[in-house]
Amino acid sequence: MKITPDSPPVLSALDRPNSYIGRAVPRPNLHRLTQGRGQYVSDVTLPRMTHVAFLRSPHAHARIVSIATEAAKKAPGVVAVVTGAELAKVMTPWVGVLTHLKGIKSAPQYPIAVDRACWQGEAVCAVVAKTRAQAEDACELIDIVYEELPAVTDPETALDAATPVIHESLGDNICFERKLDVGEVDKAFAASDAVVEATFVCGRHTGVTTEPRAIIADWNEGEQRLTVYQGTQAPHMMQNLFAKHLDLSESQVRVLTKDVGGSFGIKVHTYADEMATVALARLLKRPVKFVADRIESFVTDIHARDHRIKGKIGVTKDGVITAFEIDDLTGIGPYSVYPRTSGIEANQVVNLTGGPYNCPNYRAQTRVVFQNKNVMCQYRAVGHPIAVAVTEGLVELAAAKIGMDPLEIRRRNLFPDDGYPAQTASGLKLEQLSHHEALAHLDTMINYAGLRAEQKALREKHIYRGIGFASFIEVTNPSAAFYGVGGARITSQDGATVKLDAQGLLTIHSGVTEQGQGTEAVLAQCVASSFGISMDRVRVVTGDTDNTPYGGGTWASRAAGIGGEAAWQAGKALRGNVLAVAGAMLQARPEDLDIRDGVVVDKATGAERLGLDELARVAYFRPDTLPPGFQAELMATRHYVPRGWPFAFTNGIQASYLEVDTDTGFVKLLRHWCVEDCGTIINPQLVDEQIRGGVVQGIGAALFEQCLYDERGQMLNGNMADYLVPMAVEMPDIDCGHVVSPTADSELGAKGAGEAGTAGAPACIMNAINDALRPLGAAPLTDMPFTPGKILAALGKI
Amino acid sequence: MKPAPFAYKKVRALDEAIALMGENLDARLLAGGQSLMATLNMRLSAPNLLIDINGIGGLDGIARNGDTIEIGALTRHVQAERSDTIARYAPLIARAMPFIGHAAIRNRGTLGGSIAFADPAAELPACLLALDGEVTAQGPKGKRSIRTSDYFKGLYETALGPQEILTAIRLPAADGNTRTGFAELARRHGDYAIVGLAASARADGKGLKDVRLAYFGVGNTPLRATKSEAALAGGDVDAAVAALDLDPHDDIQASAAVKKHLAGVLLRRVAAQLMERQP
Repeated sequence: MKITPDSPPVLSALDRPNSYIGRAVPRPNLHRLTQGRGQYVSDVTLPRMTHVAFLRSPHAHARIVSIATEAAKKAPGVVAVVTGAELAKVMTPWVGVLTHLKGIKSAPQYPIAVDRACWQGEAVCAVVAKTRAQAEDACELIDIVYEELPAVTDPETALDAATPVIHESLGDNICFERKLDVGEVDKAFAASDAVVEATFVCGRHTGVTTEPRAIIADWNEGEQRLTVYQGTQAPHMMQNLFAKHLDLSESQVRVLTKDVGGSFGIKVHTYADEMATVALARLLKRPVKFVADRIESFVTDIHARDHRIKGKIGVTKDGVITAFEIDDLTGIGPYSVYPRTSGIEANQVVNLTGGPYNCPNYRAQTRVVFQNKNVMCQYRAVGHPIAVAVTEGLVELAAAKIGMDPLEIRRRNLFPDDGYPAQTASGLKLEQLSHHEALAHLDTMINYAGLRAEQKALREKHIYRGIGFASFIEVTNPSAAFYGVGGARITSQDGATVKLDAQGLLTIHSGVTEQGQGTEAVLAQCVASSFGISMDRVRVVTGDTDNTPYGGGTWASRAAGIGGEAAWQAGKALRGNVLAVAGAMLQARPEDLDIRDGVVVDKATGAERLGLDELARVAYFRPDTLPPGFQAELMATRHYVPRGWPFAFTNGIQASYLEVDTDTGFVKLLRHWCVEDCGTIINPQLVDEQIRGGVVQGIGAALFEQCLYDERGQMLNGNMADYLVPMAVEMPDIDCGHVVSPTADSELGAKGAGEAGTAGAPACIMNAINDALRPLGAAPLTDMPFTPGKILAALGKI
Repeated sequence: MKPAPFAYKKVRALDEAIALMGENLDARLLAGGQSLMATLNMRLSAPNLLIDINGIGGLDGIARNGDTIEIGALTRHVQAERSDTIARYAPLIARAMPFIGHAAIRNRGTLGGSIAFADPAAELPACLLALDGEVTAQGPKGKRSIRTSDYFKGLYETALGPQEILTAIRLPAADGNTRTGFAELARRHGDYAIVGLAASARADGKGLKDVRLAYFGVGNTPLRATKSEAALAGGDVDAAVAALDLDPHDDIQASAAVKKHLAGVLLRRVAAQLMERQP
């Protein structure tokens, strides 16, 4: 294990001649996308295609008394006006529960609301027309009579007897709860020299993908087959769900996912309006397109992170953390989202809190409640930013209380680098992490002593700068433990098929998908390296359930670690097959041959023996010249699923350096650092992009982003002017560093890198703000996002 | 979202536009479109006719006539941003320009459009008020000038009549004694400010006179802080801050209390700019 900025440290199976592993090679899809030749769902037009627009509930909770559609049906271009009741005859409802989340419950959700709308923005009627504009015009002609019902909005009172129950059939407003009590928490607190308590609030926010959700569904009555073009992270999962709820076999459904403009976990869920689009296509027997506009994205794309957590930490005067305790509460909207449920985020908060620290005493409670707001579900780094904010917030508050340096308290409590495998108090199994080496690397990278000296000197000039840290662990490469064991048909394995074509070039078909993060580059690198060919001779095909191996898609940082390993193994298998052909042609032993840079060579001398084009020509067109009984197999498939560990945990530490304007409450971010350990780095540029992009989304959570609702359940800032996403001008330089601890579960050794930035950044910013304001006696800020108003209030200026 | 259906007519002359406005009281003028297009697409407004005035000649340009700077209504922000005349003779406008939206918005948006739309959180209406400028308008009854003190009537409401078109704004040309100051606080660069302040004054020995402080983002129109102006002319910044009598409302980004506090912070920052000797 060694700090390496660019490539794996020691020679291994990965270090084949001309290996692309560890190289910052450009993405193969770069030219196509930068030349405007991407093909997003919005770009797809089918013959006889129609467009659907949804009329959405203006109320957070209302009974639908009547829907008058006659005028809309007569409007220009209108093909059909369809209500929830009508569509319920075409598609069955769904319930978002998993069996391994004990006790989780939810109510049946329909593609379009039937009888009752449960959040502002829920679709209540669909208009299908020849153009989207005509569909929207006709929506204005629909007359819906609502009877407004009391809206449940505040999670704190959602379980009170006086609060109405949203779904009568459930009996109460609780979706899921979990309690955990490990070690001897009370005894540990009693034996502590200091106990610090704080209440943390994470603002409800959303993923804001560049390209909104988009789908085209096309039912072919002649074939009895459904083709769906969808911007999704998980085509096979969606294939299963479309089939299930339309009562089709999976073989009757093809999901095609071409270019996708960002996902961040937003596009891995079942959305009622997308299900409705598919049901409408079946009903109308012609293609229907739905592209969410930005206004409806804000009230329908899943929200996340809306948690209130009471936290408690005990420490000795030597800085030993004795115990953690949390009480978490979250409101997730009126339905648990299908099929991954809205219980996972809270479950992750319980699992991950205290995760980096070797502390055996931990008590946690979480309650997940229903409310009449847009649904919440898994968004990038699910639960991590919340757990890390609580853990790291408590650790730095405890350090301040006992007068210890924030890096020193971490050194005294982080799991030791030589103590693996290890297990957290919550039961997470850790294969090999590198907290201490990452911390040491960060210490040097930021010139910590120098920064502290600068901070001190500037304070005398009334310039208030803060340094904050956040250690973290990150869930990646999930096995079946994530969803499969809970009964969801979401596969944790993935496959790759590699084919040598008749000119000696490669094509790889993979079950993982590309949404802009560079998956296709990683796949090409893995296959090119293990097979032995240059990347420009590898074509990558993803996102087509008819033409790729069955796979889970891209989420939870699984594309590189799982999809990459399958690609690596498939490339290797095909190399073996090709060398068998070469051996037959050259009358050599295959094990004495290798493929290097697209040429069959003598393994020992590197002397060129046979071009792949010639090999393919013979294998495909003159197989009669090969030895009797020999059959060339120029296509190979391999699958991979992590088996050794439920998850490949990664770790890291971030630092933020910022300045608070104590007159205005504005925060200026000066610099940000992240040292992380995602195991083998396949493409350092892509890893750094993941870290930086993730940090920016974490900064959004800390300073800018929040879905604001009033007490009646109306979202107040559902547009790009009022919902503040982080923008380039406000972002600091973000420096990345790496420690490499490969997972032994795969030959590649790669873990995921997609969640790390987002996981740690909010806590880091919070700690830096509190560090800046501590000498001014400000009460610790723990309520994200940290707006100027909250900072001014903490300073007593307003 | 898609806009509701509307008719579109590109006109080549002011008279043509004025006549069309008379025939269609529901029509809207399209200049840079940087506010209008968004409201159309969100169906917040649904005019039956858009009258595109971008083809009218002679409505853009920046000129100095003696002690007056005249800026044509169709002048794009980017033209003002790059204009030597503006930099020299209308330094407050030059100071404000970088704060207006982003480059793409400044490429399309027009100065006349901003003043005609009269967003109370926008920079240029406050600058016009701080400079005691004039608006030139043309309608069926001909041309007239409107002092800014009479121009801003209410939320998105101006003295322009239903058939009047704003054709130019006129500002006093800066001279050696002109002082200006500008500051705003926005969560992100390019956003509408939580609160902003545009100011002008004249140097008077070591002090200031004719101080005009125009706040934006704190009311239904840009607002002058007249009591603070007097205190600042007297050289007392603390008194000027204490004399602020703004009464802002809460909005999505900040509470009234935050806005009031920040207005005081801005006053100190802008006062410091006004006190500086300026080129």
